[in-house]
Amino acid sequence: MTSIDTERTITVTVNGVPREATVPVRRLLSDALRHDLGLTGTHVGCEHGVCGACTVVVDGAPVRSCLMLAVQVDGAEVRTVEGLAREDHQGGQVLHPVQEAFRECHALQCGFCTPGFLMTIAAGLEARDNAEELTEDEVEDMVGGNLCRCTGYANIKKAVHHAAAAMKDADA
Amino acid sequence: MTTKLFGEPVRRREDQRLITGKGRYLDDIGHTALAAAFVRSPHAHARIVSIDVDEALDVEGLVAIYTYEDLTGPMAEPLPVLIPHPQLHSPRTGFPLANGEVNHVGEPVVMVVATDRYVAEDVCDRIVVTYEELPVVVGVDAARAAQHAVHEEIPDNIAARHHQETGDVEPVLAASPRALSFTQYIERSACMPMEGKGVHAKWDADDSSLRVYTSTQASTSVRAAIAAKLDLSLDKVEVIAPDVGGGFGVKIVHPWPEELLVPMAAIALGREVKWAEDRREHFIGSAHERQQRQEITVGYDDDGRITALDVHIWHDNGAYTPYGIIVPIVTATQLVGPYAIPVYRVIVESVFTNTVIVTPYRGAGRPQGCYAMERTMDRIADELGLDRALVRERNLIQPDQFPYDHHLTFQDGRPVIYDSGDYPGLLVKLKDLVGWDEASRLRSDAEARGKLLGVGMALYVEGTGPGPYEGGHVQVLGSGKVLVSTGLTSQGQGHETAFAQIVASELGVPIEDVEVTTGDTRRFGYAVGTFASRAAVMSGNAIALAARGVREKALRIAADVLEAEPADLEIDEGLVQVKGVPGTSIPLRTVAVLSNPLRYAFDEAARQATQFAKPGDDDKPPIAEGDAPGLEHRDYYSPIRSTFASGAHAAIVEIDPATWEIDVVKYAVVHDCGNVVNPMIVEGQVHGGVAQGVGGALYERMAYDADGQLQNASFMDFLMPYASEVPDIDIDHQQTPSPLNPLGIKGAGEAGVIPGTAALASAIEDAVGRRIASMPISPTELYDLVRSPDSEMTATAGRRAGTGVMA
Ligand code: FES
Ligand code: FES
Repeated sequence: MTSIDTERTITVTVNGVPREATVPVRRLLSDALRHDLGLTGTHVGCEHGVCGACTVVVDGAPVRSCLMLAVQVDGAEVRTVEGLAREDHQGGQVLHPVQEAFRECHALQCGFCTPGFLMTIAAGLEARDNAEELTEDEVEDMVGGNLCRCTGYANIKKAVHHAAAAMKDADA
Repeated sequence: MTTKLFGEPVRRREDQRLITGKGRYLDDIGHTALAAAFVRSPHAHARIVSIDVDEALDVEGLVAIYTYEDLTGPMAEPLPVLIPHPQLHSPRTGFPLANGEVNHVGEPVVMVVATDRYVAEDVCDRIVVTYEELPVVVGVDAARAAQHAVHEEIPDNIAARHHQETGDVEPVLAASPRALSFTQYIERSACMPMEGKGVHAKWDADDSSLRVYTSTQASTSVRAAIAAKLDLSLDKVEVIAPDVGGGFGVKIVHPWPEELLVPMAAIALGREVKWAEDRREHFIGSAHERQQRQEITVGYDDDGRITALDVHIWHDNGAYTPYGIIVPIVTATQLVGPYAIPVYRVIVESVFTNTVIVTPYRGAGRPQGCYAMERTMDRIADELGLDRALVRERNLIQPDQFPYDHHLTFQDGRPVIYDSGDYPGLLVKLKDLVGWDEASRLRSDAEARGKLLGVGMALYVEGTGPGPYEGGHVQVLGSGKVLVSTGLTSQGQGHETAFAQIVASELGVPIEDVEVTTGDTRRFGYAVGTFASRAAVMSGNAIALAARGVREKALRIAADVLEAEPADLEIDEGLVQVKGVPGTSIPLRTVAVLSNPLRYAFDEAARQATQFAKPGDDDKPPIAEGDAPGLEHRDYYSPIRSTFASGAHAAIVEIDPATWEIDVVKYAVVHDCGNVVNPMIVEGQVHGGVAQGVGGALYERMAYDADGQLQNASFMDFLMPYASEVPDIDIDHQQTPSPLNPLGIKGAGEAGVIPGTAALASAIEDAVGRRIASMPISPTELYDLVRSPDSEMTATAGRRAGTGVMA
């Protein structure tokens, strides 16, 4: 009996590193990241595109990796939560302002939804002009498509402002 | 002193790994494991006629298929009734895999193990199960009518009849100046943690030992259940709760069928096996809570003081009763809230339906009890034309009445005796915080804008930290590292931080040196679990006691070295020193080294402790009689009864009469959980609870159709609040420490969710002037209610309209 799968080999740049993986064509991007590439920081909360836990950034835009097939990112650049922090000159880790803000503002409890929020917010903040004042409506829009069952969102919204302020200061 | 961190908003120590993608949740474990998937019943009630696997057998990657026929020994018996109770006269539980009959959609029938999850689901698709459908019972009213039976041998569908009374209610009711009766409903919701359940099992055939990771709230008890069901010796089973992506109650239930079947397959196949629940499975294969029909009769006087309360509740327990009648008992006993009720009778009939089981969801029966009591207060106020806050105030237990005995028996079998509180204080703060006395002005302002505005409030008392016990272990290593462990688990409550704060404060060490492990049976074998807002109270106190034990031993050893009295010593920043004599000190890590006399020197620290390194007293053994090597201590905290936290919520809603959209424009919380370990974490718990309370009041409902199909088993259709649905929350605190435990703390985990439904029902009723007797309520339902000629107008609305109704 033959497998009902056919496979493809894809090349994708993940967090700046070119990676190659041979995946069944039906493999979700979320599963490929987690199980084929071992990047388990991307979480799966619903697998039907509603919760946003699986959000990663593909070619600069936040996408739900459970709604994409792995073969669709062939040739693309993918950024996951593992790629948010950067290395400093001494080989240490410098957290992204939104990561710092999440810790500072207690914007996570169980942490399961957190990678999705971090990627959504990082992409959102990086795409805008930080010199401009961030409005409450903008913040609600930015995080309004992600579900969190623990925090009630108050501290997540606070963290967005906190991160935006830090990014503004860094730009200044 | 920098080490006194108790009460400080210390940033969480678990966050570093969680914000960098380095958390380790269940499905992050076992990269090479085989995957399990389940064929689940598509019918709510049916007999299984046959299971045909022929079509599935040639799927490439299939490893094994299990049905009930493959279960042997204890695995072939029903799952345990975890919490038996004399009033649970007809308990029923399912089998790990259905044995000839299914009683709800989602019940596991076949387990498939394959090389990966995709293949396992391919196999599931090809297995043909033939069913003979049986009549279906959905909802409390159908269960009560008992036209059909869920379990053939229980024709009335009643699993339990829980009954408590504090006196003879009927004569007092009859003699009351006034009385009123009403019936109200509350619907099903569910915990819905963002991470579903999941199990990973690995069998070591050479060592005959099993390691299981499971996304649970009770690892020690899962371990015991696995050992019992799989005929293994307890010492050959380890169970670990890794990072857990939320629980809220559903993960306290155990053993879930999958927690037994996955290890069973791992042993049989000699391979790692893993199952990660998907979202649909979680909707139909886990647990729900909240559905009740409440029939309430209350007697009261002209001032609104309650004379007697008689409550009859019909509680939907779903298809089985693995968790006993905990939820009904909690509703029955916590219903009375902060009020002095002279005579109280409560009967809860817990009924079977062909739906997912009902087990605790954050609040665990309290939201329903609060809904019953607080809506009763609203009704009395409405009848009498009194301020709702005033009626509540007149019935409150006063601060000088503690300990206050309700003469009821709580879920832990212990008396409901409130240890401490200040309920009038809560009410005063709440009225200030929400602007209660401004309501009529706000109402007219809103009216001018074409909106209907209403305010509502609800108070609660929450029994937290029930026993029987938790334990803590604290050990100082020669490196200076302080290892702390407790058996209960964590699902986002920040235990690694809060418990480290306690140890740092008690022991006088920098928090950076403290490392906390929870929910790992390799580290701590005795525990009960994380539920009922008990972790901080139970493990917090146990860990504090353990730290005090370590401190005492450290001072004793250091006193010897420093030639001082232990009483003259203090520990600060990890240094034991003579009080007031700077420089006369010894590091705690050195004390740890000295506490363990050694024969072998394996590193520099150990060299200092070898038998030739320090002159011992030749007449004394190296370890004194009754003493033990090592600077460590294990202790347990076992309270005589629960401690009772309290709080009050108020909401202001604005309703648009064009769309009937309900906008919560203000939400105020006053909260009292005694002494607070970490206020940042407690506020986070309140925020999350309120979000679930608002969700339960306005959006969330398990929509079963008459055939027992869950119509909204996805995040697309089951509406959990996003950021746009959760109001801003104003919080004020009050602290009445518990006299029952060394740290004076009360639990905080569930509080935020409890009064949401009651407060919002009250506010909506106030806004629209129609009786709200069924929650949750959507804009469409509100629209229908307001239009319906049968809907009841409140007396208050009549008075406002000047129609003189009951005025
Ligand atoms: S897992 Fe992708 S949106 Fe929920
Ligand atoms: S922190 Fe638990 S779901 Fe968001």
